[in-house]
Amino acid sequence: MNRIIYFDNAATSWPKPPQMIEAMRQFNGEIGANSGRSGHQLSVQSARIVYDTRQRLADIFNLRDPLRVAFTLNVTESLNLALLGLLKPGDHVITTSMEHNAVMRPLRYLESRGVELTILSCIPNGVLDPDDLKKFMKPNSKLVVINHASNVIGTIQPIRDIGRFARENGLLTLIDTAQTAGAYPINMEKDFIDLLAFTGHKSLFGPMGTGGLLIGERVNAEQLNPLKRGGTGSYSEFEEQPDFLPDKFESGTLNIIGLAGLNASLEWIQSTCIEIIRVHEKVLCQQLINGLQNIPGIKVFGSGDANLQTAVVSFTIDGFDNARVGELLDERYGVLCRTGLHCSPSTHKTIQTFPHGTIRFSLGYFNSKIEIDDALLFLKEIIGKRQ
Amino acid sequence: MEEFAVVLVESTNQAMRIEHLLNLSGVKSKLIPVPKFLSSNCGNCLRIDPADIEKVKFVVEKNKIRIDRIEIIQM
Repeated sequence: MNRIIYFDNAATSWPKPPQMIEAMRQFNGEIGANSGRSGHQLSVQSARIVYDTRQRLADIFNLRDPLRVAFTLNVTESLNLALLGLLKPGDHVITTSMEHNAVMRPLRYLESRGVELTILSCIPNGVLDPDDLKKFMKPNSKLVVINHASNVIGTIQPIRDIGRFARENGLLTLIDTAQTAGAYPINMEKDFIDLLAFTGHKSLFGPMGTGGLLIGERVNAEQLNPLKRGGTGSYSEFEEQPDFLPDKFESGTLNIIGLAGLNASLEWIQSTCIEIIRVHEKVLCQQLINGLQNIPGIKVFGSGDANLQTAVVSFTIDGFDNARVGELLDERYGVLCRTGLHCSPSTHKTIQTFPHGTIRFSLGYFNSKIEIDDALLFLKEIIGKRQ
Repeated sequence: MEEFAVVLVESTNQAMRIEHLLNLSGVKSKLIPVPKFLSSNCGNCLRIDPADIEKVKFVVEKNKIRIDRIEIIQM
């Protein structure tokens, strides 16, 4: 295989830690049983893996009770569970113009069903001013839902200030951590997070098909409706859904082979340390931003300061079609990135790149300085050949 | 005759949580299928030493875990 430079970590992280792959192989080859359904030794081993994964997530995000971690297939399902489960006609929900469609589409649906929706503009730099919450809050406001970091330009929102304000004013917060879980320290208690939606396959370095919702103590689980109902392995004699956590939200067999992989990845993250991962990505991100800004004809979006964003960098090149640049980078140089709108039309409208979008390089812990130097060189070649 | 106690729970998830916390407290427990003559909402329960019942109750209450009941069994 030719050399690959993988700059698409915001879509999914790659490569994965070898421990993840080994844990999944081991589960398939040596355990394989369903958790919580039977009492035999393999089922118990399976249940223990599921529990360990809950415990690690609770430790990483500082949630006291690991039974308040409900597993889903991805962050989209987690966000849908929180939004559709919590909001009722007449409730008011506040969000930002920087959201991914994983938040926007369920909210637009709920709006059509009588939920009141306010979208706070983050023009021009993509950051929400917490004072805006004060201006747009209403007596029926129930929830603030925020994308912790933009999947287009990496902008990190001041979730602690937003959370503090929400708590002081009786609102719940739902944080979409698709781009930050594993790449940036998050503490549910200190950041005043009530609902934390995560995906396993991005910066948590787990496999696809893993995700979840961490449900803080302020959320009354009785008032959160499940997305699906069915078998849980508990209360089997009853035909009604159990009301306790996490069974209420986990009908049907879990992706346990995926959770086995995620568990190993979380262990790897805990031993590597999120703060170390963050520093590494920050250094690479600043190197990339500086390099791009030094190439004539390239316009970089976002703050330009790696301290204020995750390692996701969007740019355009004067006179070049984004998709064509992406194609050339892939075919000629093996640089893999994503071009277009990144499922976030609202963000692109905010940064005024709608409808053409941007070229996005999203870096990860396994990228190196040399790869960034090389990619910058390739971009110069692409631009140079045209002139 | 053998004597032991079982902690009956509503779901294996709760049993796993209790097992983990008991491990941290140095209390031995074992996940077993619920003995046939007991009624339970979950197929699994935790087998413990009857001498540890008070410690187990303390851990369960301190961590606000919902359990069904604890039974002493002689067989």
